[in-house]
Amino acid sequence: MNTPSLAHAWFALLRRDVMLALRQRGQLANPLLFFVLVVALFPLGMNPDPALLRNIAPGVIWVGALLAAMLALESMFRSDFDDGALEQMLLTPYPLPLLVLAKVAAHWLVTGLPLLLVAPLLALLLNLEGEAMVILLASLALGTPLLSLIGAIGVALTVGLRRGGVLLSLLVLPLYVPVLIFAAGAVGNAQAGMAVTGQLAFLGALLALAVALAPLATAAALRISLD
Amino acid sequence: MSTVAEGLSAEALACRRAERTLFRDVSFMLRSGEVLQIEGPNGCGKTTLLRTLCGLTRPAAGCVRWAGEDIRDNYAAYATELVYVGHHAGIKEELTPLENLVFAAALGGTNGRVTPEQALQRIGLPFECEDIPCRKLSAGQRRRVALARLLLSSSRLWILDEPFTALDVSGRGLVESLLREHAARGGMAVVTSHHAVDLAGSTVQQLYLG
Repeated sequence: MNTPSLAHAWFALLRRDVMLALRQRGQLANPLLFFVLVVALFPLGMNPDPALLRNIAPGVIWVGALLAAMLALESMFRSDFDDGALEQMLLTPYPLPLLVLAKVAAHWLVTGLPLLLVAPLLALLLNLEGEAMVILLASLALGTPLLSLIGAIGVALTVGLRRGGVLLSLLVLPLYVPVLIFAAGAVGNAQAGMAVTGQLAFLGALLALAVALAPLATAAALRISLD
Repeated sequence: MSTVAEGLSAEALACRRAERTLFRDVSFMLRSGEVLQIEGPNGCGKTTLLRTLCGLTRPAAGCVRWAGEDIRDNYAAYATELVYVGHHAGIKEELTPLENLVFAAALGGTNGRVTPEQALQRIGLPFECEDIPCRKLSAGQRRRVALARLLLSSSRLWILDEPFTALDVSGRGLVESLLREHAARGGMAVVTSHHAVDLAGSTVQQLYLG
């Protein structure tokens, strides 16, 4: 008997998911392009006054990031469900919530992290500079993993349905709203020169809570979807 | 008693799907070195029975026992003893056969006897196929990749859903010889098949559903 350690299996799963995503670059680029386009269209669609753009920047960037994250959600478990890889994941001796965490981490690396990397560019486009941009990046760094973790629960619940897309949005969107409020609020406060520690601390607390609890809920939902 | 406690047993299993009873009162006892062949018409619940034996589907009644224990009580121990190859075997289309096998070994464990390369060779996949993505392989070749996992694994219980689908004559012969070797080593297998399976020399139980 030669069962590999949990850490070995965890990283193997993470590596495989990242590798699969990198081999299907088209899927990878889709949410990112969506994010860039949505934000870039705002200055064109309305009065390109720098002061106005600066005011709406936190909301626009965060709404764009949130919708892009939602667009990418569906792919988290879909192909694994279709080709039986999810079944095989359930049939391993390892705790399913931890394997789920590996999948969510891989998903965030290929969909969340790119959003974070292009955000400074979009922030400049909307005339968001200095400390506000730093806070924007901090809020995205805390917020996008949160979106992936919360989204995973919704995806796991709807993956067994043929057309779960609409249901997924309805399930997940209300849970995304607090993230949006705190994150955009933090950036807005930074622009106004007010304290942001409160909002960022809230985002951090939510992230800690989600890391601990969302994989458990996702694992339970996956078991139901595969029954 | 010891042989009884070693194997897989089902007690009065029943399964319902969409208000319809697929099967009920399915009981059997599989001991070391035995193969259980499940037969029945399409839609009679063979796959559901296999998924129930794996612990993926919860039975409406009855229980599945491994070594005398309900599999739900100590699932991790049961999972290390189990390989399940279903209709969709978790083969990733974008990965090469070798990458698929290396990943399966990382998640499912290996017996240390056979390397992934040797397993692919034994299963009869041409050498040049090792480095092309599985989506470019034929259905039969993909099935061979899925079945190559059996060679790597040290699990004592194989649960195979229609392992002969899409395989040519030599492929079927190969799977039969794998099953015979597995049984000779003291392993157990549960197999669904529409074909007559030649497992001369092994103890074969048959179960008819429907």
